[in-house]
Amino acid sequence: MNRFIRSTLVAVTALVATGAVAAGKYSPGASDTEIRVGQTMPYSGPASAYAAIGKAQAAYFQMINEQGGVNGRKITFLSLDDGYSPPKAVEQTRKLVEQDEVLLLFNSLGTANNTATQKYLNAKKVPQLFVATGASKFGDPKNFPWTMGWQPNYVAEARVFAQWVLKTRPDAKIAVISQNDDFGKDYLRGIKEVLGDKAAKMIVLETTYEVTDPTVDSQVVQAKSSGADVLMNIATPKFAAQIIRKAADIGWKPVQLMTDVSASVGAVLTPAGLDKAKDLISASYLKDPTDARFKDDPAMKAYYAFLKKYMPGADPKDSFNAYGYNSAANLIHVLKTCGDDLTRENVMKVASTMKDVELPLLMPGIKVNTSPTDYYPIAEVVLIRFDGQQWQPFGDVMSGR
Amino acid sequence: MTPALRVGGVVLAVAIAAALPFFLTDYRTFQFTQALIYAIVLLGLNLLTGYSGQISLGHGAFYAVGAYTAAILMDQAGWPYWATLPVAGAVCFGFGFLFGLPALRLHGHYLAFATFALAVATPQILKYKGIEHWTGGVQGIVTLKPDAPFGLPLSQDRWLYLFTLAIAVALFVVAWNLVRGRVGRALVALRDHPIAAEAMGVDAAFFKTTVFGISAMYAGIAGALGGIAVQFVSPDAFTTLLSISFVVGIVVGGIATISGALWGALFIQFVPNVADQISKAAPWAIYGAVLLVFIYAMPGGVAWMLRRVAGSLRRA
Amino acid sequence: MEAFLHQLFAGIATGGIYASIALALVMIYQSTHHINFAQGELAMFSTYLAWTCVEAGLPWWAAFVLTVVASFVAGAVIERVVMRPVQHAPVLSVVIVFIALLVILNSLAGWIWTYTIKTFPSPFVMPRALENPWLSAHEAGSIGVTLAVLVALWAFFRFTRLGLAMRAAAQNPVSSRLAGIRVGQMLMLGWGLAAAIGAVAGMLIAPVVYLDPNMMAGVMLYAFAAALLGGIDNPVGAVLGGFIVGVVENLAGAYLVGTELKLTVALALIIGVLVFRPTGLLGRRTVVRV
Repeated sequence: MNRFIRSTLVAVTALVATGAVAAGKYSPGASDTEIRVGQTMPYSGPASAYAAIGKAQAAYFQMINEQGGVNGRKITFLSLDDGYSPPKAVEQTRKLVEQDEVLLLFNSLGTANNTATQKYLNAKKVPQLFVATGASKFGDPKNFPWTMGWQPNYVAEARVFAQWVLKTRPDAKIAVISQNDDFGKDYLRGIKEVLGDKAAKMIVLETTYEVTDPTVDSQVVQAKSSGADVLMNIATPKFAAQIIRKAADIGWKPVQLMTDVSASVGAVLTPAGLDKAKDLISASYLKDPTDARFKDDPAMKAYYAFLKKYMPGADPKDSFNAYGYNSAANLIHVLKTCGDDLTRENVMKVASTMKDVELPLLMPGIKVNTSPTDYYPIAEVVLIRFDGQQWQPFGDVMSGR
Repeated sequence: MTPALRVGGVVLAVAIAAALPFFLTDYRTFQFTQALIYAIVLLGLNLLTGYSGQISLGHGAFYAVGAYTAAILMDQAGWPYWATLPVAGAVCFGFGFLFGLPALRLHGHYLAFATFALAVATPQILKYKGIEHWTGGVQGIVTLKPDAPFGLPLSQDRWLYLFTLAIAVALFVVAWNLVRGRVGRALVALRDHPIAAEAMGVDAAFFKTTVFGISAMYAGIAGALGGIAVQFVSPDAFTTLLSISFVVGIVVGGIATISGALWGALFIQFVPNVADQISKAAPWAIYGAVLLVFIYAMPGGVAWMLRRVAGSLRRA
Repeated sequence: MEAFLHQLFAGIATGGIYASIALALVMIYQSTHHINFAQGELAMFSTYLAWTCVEAGLPWWAAFVLTVVASFVAGAVIERVVMRPVQHAPVLSVVIVFIALLVILNSLAGWIWTYTIKTFPSPFVMPRALENPWLSAHEAGSIGVTLAVLVALWAFFRFTRLGLAMRAAAQNPVSSRLAGIRVGQMLMLGWGLAAAIGAVAGMLIAPVVYLDPNMMAGVMLYAFAAALLGGIDNPVGAVLGGFIVGVVENLAGAYLVGTELKLTVALALIIGVLVFRPTGLLGRRTVVRV
């Protein structure tokens, strides 16, 4: 049978089938029985630590499917390896859209990779939902109406830190150690925005490290000798831990602020040494699964039950698991709200009109909010201080919007 | 095989390659465009490593320079995409030639290290704030994808594939003539019997630096095409892994062969995808295992094995 | 001045890291005339073994000995099973086998132990009298161990018949075979020793950079640089190269060019030196017979 006849037959059968059930409006990737969700993740290569997110999400969708799916439709989750390389991400994203026909792209990881696919997805009008990066550029509905961020963006968080420093230590001398990429640069921008004219005077040292550097000892020594009394630790987990440890080892005790990217007790502070991390300040929007205060929290109990059943052997201390769990929960919320109108337009409409949505592991007081002009779903953080055992929130929920 | 038969075979192969996109979806066409682009790099690298005996673990750097040259010319000077290719090639020829000078003094592992260092330093240099104005720093540069010219009824992907194919064919012909001619003989002589060759009056320094330049030029043109096809260049796209996969490509394809560039390109384009399909948990383990199988089964690469098979068929 | 001293000692400490793994590279080069690109991943894998032992409750030094022995055996087995088929293949095919080994080990480690960083304890405690702000107990201890390995290695190649036989087997396998040297066994032994030295290096490095599958990515480049700068056939040169690279890189980053370009500048300097001394600082010049 030639291809044309066969596909026509399939189409006719499908028409008959949908006619019988008579319900939904669909874009490619959605039907009465299935919703196809695509994603690219670095399962191989230097950034493979982040792939834990994709695995947690796959497990979450499996759980949803076993509970009956989303309004009766099963989630088919296609998460492909991009090796953290933008050209590969473009290739795999095109495969997902053109060959696998997914309804939307969900939480693909990396600033460069999402930048590489952004233009393509917007031209094709495929939702690029909840990208897994805090780069501030992924919240630009005017130019890219099909692209939306998720986590608090780096600039926003940096603003919160800088405001806090200005308020509590107006005469601070600040040293900044940052990763030499968009993550570090965005942070630096946020800090400088808030400090304004005072930036030149207050920031006494800006230094960077590369992800290929074996250690950052030299940078910490440099920061100490700059005479700074506030240290901004803008680093990914391994380097954040190295910075905390080295500062303590050379007997330097500045006020140290660290990004939420690395605010994991299990993956960063324990390796650095809990005593050395005492009095560290960070910001957070997710509850730390190792925090004793949330031991009896029903959402936390459900999270542990999920890990036990669907990801046996997974490390609950790994903050990527919690990240994947929550972002997946947010996507399910959007798809549920869409009801039977699973068109790409409606997905974006629902995603851009979220009002006070609660997710299982968000810190008390933080909710998901978007509007057609605001594509930053989570923009609040709580400042937290490490007491040597666990994080203690202090002050109010602060918004970086 | 008679020369006429051989030319006929090549023409047939090109005709099939040109017809290919009309049987494929746009996405598949895009994949084959990538493979062609890699084939151009591998061809250039093979001129250097296979014929001239100089190893390079840093061709990703020249690929990056080519890609950035094209992207900057398109983004900041508004050049059409096709006009950027000669410039990318020329710039990379210059870089390659200059790099070939210290490389004259370095052999074997030392040259491998020097070129590898180039690959390692590339992302850092691309991010450097002194040139951020042109390179876009960590954010990279987003470019437009070209439409088919003269109102031809071709999708962007099919057009770019055919455009790439035309350039690849031209560069293959150039390389083929190069290795068949005086230059090729001089290079092989220098590789196998350096002292004898110099005694015969072959100017080793000139030939070796020039072939470094030509090899870099191939990588640069391919890089420009790669930047155009992906519509985006950023430091993250040009890590050491890229350079290493180029070396994997020439060895799997066949050292010191022209056709090997194609086989190697197909390998580095498609095997990682297969590995990803097989295992999400450890895709690199699958990739490495496949690589080992290839090396054990075909120590000289695919091209040499095909020649052996063809040879025994003829005898049979 | 105090800042300068801090930078200097930080450089010496990281230099010790590069030196320790560079020694493993010298070992494998002396016995096979190849540079093993997978040496770092082998060391990483060994360190995970040690970590597993320590987690299981073994005392540190027991885990250390067990890991070194296991790594020796594993190295010899890898030579016999993985490398032997390409013994007579072109150099580049061997390089590709190294790359295959590298990606396989990296991926397997991530699969088995996940990518979350782990702490690997240090066995060294600083005596009260020697406490200082410059060098931590672990840094001082690992420099000591590296120097001890260096002396052992130097003596092995210089004074033992086995060391001599191994060098001969690498340099000229055909003549060595005629002289009664079992070349195959020499290769296995060389791989085993290199893997064991790598395991020691891994266990010294992990407490500093933390244990994760990619822990060696940054270290290996500098280790190659160190080994080549000092002279790939000379253990003393490799260790010296390690310290030079560590110190120069730190001082250049802190005082000369800033951190954004320090890697590039350090590499350019090393290549510059190699152009003028193509066999490294202490490497032996080889005379090629025509």
